[in-house]
Amino acid sequence: MSTCPQYIVDYMHEYLDGDISREHEQQLKNHLQVCSDCRQHMHELSDTIAFVKSAAHITAPPYFEEKVMKRLPKEKNRVGIQKWFRRHPIIIAAAVFFLFMSAALVSSYPNDEFSVTTQPNLIVNGQTVIVPEGEVVKGDIVVKNGDLVIEGEVDGNVTVINGGQYMASTSVVTGQIKEIDEVFEWLWFEMKDMANDFKALFEE
Amino acid sequence: MDALVNKRIKQVLKGDQSAFSDIVNLYQHKLYQICYRMLGNQQEAEDISQEAFVRAYINLHTFDQKRKFSTWLYRIGTNLCIDRIRKKKPDYYLDAEVAGTDGLNMYSQIASKEQLPEETVQQLELQDRIQYEIGRLPDKYRSVIVLKYIEELSLQEISEILDMPLGTVKTRIHRGREALRKQLSNL
Repeated sequence: MSTCPQYIVDYMHEYLDGDISREHEQQLKNHLQVCSDCRQHMHELSDTIAFVKSAAHITAPPYFEEKVMKRLPKEKNRVGIQKWFRRHPIIIAAAVFFLFMSAALVSSYPNDEFSVTTQPNLIVNGQTVIVPEGEVVKGDIVVKNGDLVIEGEVDGNVTVINGGQYMASTSVVTGQIKEIDEVFEWLWFEMKDMANDFKALFEE
Repeated sequence: MDALVNKRIKQVLKGDQSAFSDIVNLYQHKLYQICYRMLGNQQEAEDISQEAFVRAYINLHTFDQKRKFSTWLYRIGTNLCIDRIRKKKPDYYLDAEVAGTDGLNMYSQIASKEQLPEETVQQLELQDRIQYEIGRLPDKYRSVIVLKYIEELSLQEISEILDMPLGTVKTRIHRGREALRKQLSNL
């Protein structure tokens, strides 16, 4: 066999792998017919494979599944949250954005203090703001934590936050009138306000 | 089967730990068999194959569901086996043998590299003999021979499991076959 070329053994393995070309297979067959040593070698290889393949199928020991399940780490909250974070990056981004946004909004949320837009010819009486009869207020009026009584004319928008707004029959308001009581309305108002400021920034 | 496995994987990823038991149930025997053939010891095989399932569970979010789960799982298992073989000390079993040897004969306790006298080998039962001969193979041939002839996996799958080129897998199988042939013909 020592005189046989090495490629014959290579062909044997190609044959055993099942990816031998027709050409190689023919050469191998021709050689095996004349060379008893190589025939022997081929037999031994086939026997080796048969030997290994005769290994019995082994099954896992009893209670294997239960034992694995016991070994699994307990689903910790932290792990769960991390997993959730990984799978929802957009929600996380939105939440972070919202957090900053709301911080900005809360800081400007009306506290209990009474305030009013300073306009000439407005009368402030305790926590009540009066637009006197016969007067014309030019510009917007915003009243926080107080009431607004309109007897005269307002040439602009009127907004009352956490308060009431009363109009006399003589009153005229050229813009919009709004009363804001709820937190969400307030947020909405602030956001629209920001958007308007933003727009104004570009229009300038 | 792949559809079922992927469904269970999704459930586990959503936090339903119990869905993992079906996955274990499906693959336990095959994975245990690989580990047993690689390590030649029942207790170690059980420990390593369980560890492989635990690691698969922990790293399940890294598994690409377009691929075959068994390939991924066997890869974890064979890597753990190879690590264990490398760390193994020759006198490891002297202590381990005493405890709960229920159903184990002495041959399942033999360290894989250990040589037996010829007469003893010839007296082995066929199944013990097979395990003994596989255990005598060098590690790099043993893993490919086990995957190819005991698990009957394709060369392509073996190359993915062991993370080596197809050509290397072929070479190792060829050499493994020759090594086994020599082991068997010497007796």
